Amino acid sequence: MNRRFKVGIAGAKQPPLASRPPVRCILNLMVQYTNAHLDASFAALSDVTRRGVLEQLGRAEASISDLAQKFNMTLTGMKKHVSVLEQAGLVLTEKVGRVRTCKIGPHRLQEATAWLEKYRQLWAARFDELDGVVEDLKQREKFDGRKKRE
Amino acid sequence: MKNRTTVERKSDRELVVTRTFDAPAHIVFEAWTKPDLFKRWWAPKSMGMSLLSCEMDVRVGGKYRLVFGQGMEFFGRYIEVTPYSRLVWTNDEGGDGGPVTTVTFQERGGKTLLVMHELYPSKEALDAAGTGAADAMGETFGQLDELLVALGTSGGRS
Repeated sequence: MNRRFKVGIAGAKQPPLASRPPVRCILNLMVQYTNAHLDASFAALSDVTRRGVLEQLGRAEASISDLAQKFNMTLTGMKKHVSVLEQAGLVLTEKVGRVRTCKIGPHRLQEATAWLEKYRQLWAARFDELDGVVEDLKQREKFDGRKKRE
Repeated sequence: MKNRTTVERKSDRELVVTRTFDAPAHIVFEAWTKPDLFKRWWAPKSMGMSLLSCEMDVRVGGKYRLVFGQGMEFFGRYIEVTPYSRLVWTNDEGGDGGPVTTVTFQERGGKTLLVMHELYPSKEALDAAGTGAADAMGETFGQLDELLVALGTSGGRS
């Protein structure tokens, strides 16, 4: 059952009740995810290395030095990437002895959050264009005002 | 510097979008109510959308109809029109389950705070709309979706 890939929670075809994600929990998640949090998640995902790290950690836990080696990076460089992912809640790290182990974090992007963010992206894109229209109207008004005064 | 657009699921049935514009309310209102202006921003190119036609009869009881290049149509009726401060319309393309959209324009110090509120008849209708919206915008976040799928299949449920 690949319900993980389903975006909605009340689509036409419902999985059996027992395998349905708890609705209350997803709603709470939506509220809980502030825009700041989403920005952090999406910023974290905007980098190809960090996406690679996530994919890698999806397969198995790894230490920072494992990851640095795998991605041909310095330890410091990899530490930075991991810290961005950690702050976004996408990765969890734990230090045992001298080794810091990384694994997929508790705040894995939820489908519910993903669609809300898509919706926000649409409106942000619309409003950024609307800024242009509004600016034109302001200029026109200024110009008309000047003409009237002349 | 662009102003921030925020989206919040206010309740089971409500979504609220807010944004500030650096212009007085009458200007922002005009851009929402004149078809030739509305067409310029409602289907943002950056989202790969195009608007083929846009008819709007902005008065109480007046109808609107938007046709997108992708073959999607959106239509409904204006149920409240208060110049420069408030617009309310229905979204009828999906039958009875459509939300009622209320847009308010509040001017403060030459700027306008725009609040768009969508009220769905039920929680199920809003959830279903979310699925639809996500589907409609599909490709934009294709890369992210692919990653989530990759994580889902390879990560297991550890």
